[in-house]
Amino acid sequence: MPDVLATMAGTVFKVLVKPNDHVLAGQDVVVLESMKMEIPLQAEVAGTVAEVKVQEGEFVNEGGVLLTLK
Amino acid sequence: MLGKVLIANRGEIAVRIARACHKLGVPCVAVYSDADRDMPHAKAADEAFHIGPPPVNQSYLVQDKLIEVARRAGADSVHPGYGLLAENAAFAKRVADEGLVWIGPPSHAIRAMGLKTEARETMRAAGVPIIPGATACVAGPEDARAMAEGIGYPVMMKACAGGGGIGMTVVRGPEDMGKAFEECAHRASKFFCDGSLYLEKLIVGARHVEIQVLADEHGGIVHLNERECSVQRRHQKVIEETPSTALTPELRARMGEAAKRAASAVGYRNAGTVEFLVDPARQFYFLEMNTRLQVEHPITELTTGVDIVVEQLRIAAGEALTFAQGDVGQRGHAIELRIYAEDPVRFLPSPGRITKLSMPGGDGVRIDTGVAEGVTVTPFYDPLLAKLCVWAPDRPAAIEKGLLALGAFHVEGLKTNIALHQAVLAHPAFRAGDLSTSFIEDHIYPRK
Repeated sequence: MPDVLATMAGTVFKVLVKPNDHVLAGQDVVVLESMKMEIPLQAEVAGTVAEVKVQEGEFVNEGGVLLTLK
Repeated sequence: MLGKVLIANRGEIAVRIARACHKLGVPCVAVYSDADRDMPHAKAADEAFHIGPPPVNQSYLVQDKLIEVARRAGADSVHPGYGLLAENAAFAKRVADEGLVWIGPPSHAIRAMGLKTEARETMRAAGVPIIPGATACVAGPEDARAMAEGIGYPVMMKACAGGGGIGMTVVRGPEDMGKAFEECAHRASKFFCDGSLYLEKLIVGARHVEIQVLADEHGGIVHLNERECSVQRRHQKVIEETPSTALTPELRARMGEAAKRAASAVGYRNAGTVEFLVDPARQFYFLEMNTRLQVEHPITELTTGVDIVVEQLRIAAGEALTFAQGDVGQRGHAIELRIYAEDPVRFLPSPGRITKLSMPGGDGVRIDTGVAEGVTVTPFYDPLLAKLCVWAPDRPAAIEKGLLALGAFHVEGLKTNIALHQAVLAHPAFRAGDLSTSFIEDHIYPRK
């Protein structure tokens, strides 16, 4: 199951899901704040959230793992 | 005149401020983070000091570091630019307390305009028209619903400590209030460290028209006409122009006088901008005052011949304005096109290395930029690459010049919004001057 990765570097503005939530493909799961904009990031496939790897306010690099799905 | 200016900012505005300093023969000092070591602004000043890692809260926002650089460099004054610490009243006060000159308004004026519900009350008392709405912050969704009933839907929900369009949400009915309140409060607490919110009536079909003001220490105050900033995405400006197609000389004079009253009501000095909404019936309402230099100041410079940053430095040095309201002219038409490193359709930022950059020039074309070929645009700061400003004797000619200049603006290595600008300038509604703050949603990317 692919992890949800940050498509660009930024600060985690909001985490929209919690462990054991079921997410659909294309659903917004994390909002990143970068370059003064809010950037919603989506799960590419449907699944259940196994672990949220980041906290709000944390800086993540491009490619960083935001959450894992199972 | 000032002895030496610390420029507490980065990017194009830091370059712009350095140019004004050099025009007056005043030495200036730049600061840069690890991410900005090779950026033009670090080389534009006479000296440059490193101030830390890329994130702004470890570099450009660290007040102690900036004060220390001012001390080490022997600067006697601080220009905050826009954004970052420019509207931070505590920093303005700290600079003054340290015996340095703050090149901007006094901290009490920043504070008075920063708390939006209090500013509304001050404006009402000064006889400046305000948008119908609440005079106090709302306690919660229930309170907000009750208040919105009184105002009438749709309403605009805003942060009490906010501004600049950040975190604003339109609420169309009571059923949307709960979600809107939660999201807005979250944003407000993240961006402004204060989650309190207030409501205003949504003015449908409104234009954003602002008035540039200059006030000296000797009671002199002038306005430098308007800038129309209705073309926005995500409540952020993309294109500005002056004059506005909505203003008659009579309305311009009334808005100019209202702006001066607004500034005087808070003891304003230096350069500032009073923002208004103008409804389709040409009624105008106070929106907020930006207590700093504005991004789009160049179009005012192009049409009035006043160098606003030079005036800021002179005012901060205690000099009186050398011209009166009657001396302020308005010549031709100017348009600013903000070139952002972002996707032109989804507006998502596009950081990366600029592998190739070639920009237009020539008569009536002004470019203010903080990037150059070969530099990397990082995700730590706002995505503004350049402000492309064009001037021509009239609006149609300025639009044509803008399209020519956009066609000659080439950036490789990252995405830009140049295609969006081309679509707007070519659009019949834009050409007709038929603008509102929802122009892009209405005409360029209509919602399905």
